[in-house]
Amino acid sequence: MNQKGKPFAISLTFCLMFLFWILLSGMWDLFHLLSGVICSGIVAFISHDLLVKHKDEKLVAKTIRLFRYIPWEFWQIVLANIDVLCRVLHPKMPIDPCVIEFETPLRGDFSIVTLANSITLTPGTITIRVEPEKGKFWVHALAKEPADALLIDGTMQRKVADVFMEGEGNR
Amino acid sequence: MFVIVDALVIVLLAGGTFFTVVGTIGLLRFPDFYTRLHATGKCDTLGEGLIILGAVVYHLFYYSESLLVPIKLLFLIFFIFIANPTATHAIVKAAYETGLKPWKPGEERR
Repeated sequence: MNQKGKPFAISLTFCLMFLFWILLSGMWDLFHLLSGVICSGIVAFISHDLLVKHKDEKLVAKTIRLFRYIPWEFWQIVLANIDVLCRVLHPKMPIDPCVIEFETPLRGDFSIVTLANSITLTPGTITIRVEPEKGKFWVHALAKEPADALLIDGTMQRKVADVFMEGEGNR
Repeated sequence: MFVIVDALVIVLLAGGTFFTVVGTIGLLRFPDFYTRLHATGKCDTLGEGLIILGAVVYHLFYYSESLLVPIKLLFLIFFIFIANPTATHAIVKAAYETGLKPWKPGEERR
């Protein structure tokens, strides 16, 4: 953390924490607001480096892209559930589990976590291990088709790389 | 109007319950540790999400004076959607590091 980004990180964390406090308490009197200011101040001071690693000019653009990614992800989750549903209720249970490995151009903490969680939530795949330094993923797939979707197609990797502006084009 | 909202709430709750039940069936039917987690990790997430969404719609319509409760419920959905895959990943990773081999077709159920 460089010294320049610190006030920015603290104030951003403070604003988010205070907003969250108001949402959860719902009280507008002086006592509750004041305790909110004190509490979110302490939290922001101690843990600001968890939320904002460094001052990032593209933060707003990334947030907007993340919110565009979430609906697509939700649709994928619904498809994943229908897929699992068919496999569970099918009398013959058409499953063929395998473990696959692949590498991605992603390096950021947040982007890797997003991709790992997206993989776990979407059709027939669970992230087993991640190696952040190489962007390498081990994935357990329920059958051949979901594995191929990640290995050959790679739509999800491209979408996540696009959201966080990482990958070949931006590095 | 009441009928439409009620129907929507019922559909959401029933869908959520259905997915949760399917997840449980998968937990019982699938052959090994990893595949069982596929069933619970995905179906529970969507099932819980749908049930809470049903509660949000109900609350929005019948107790529209307090907006805070639906917002809190939406936060619950948000946190479940982060926590559930993370927990699934943690469990699978623990099993994989311990050396549990994934099930292959033709093998016996475990």
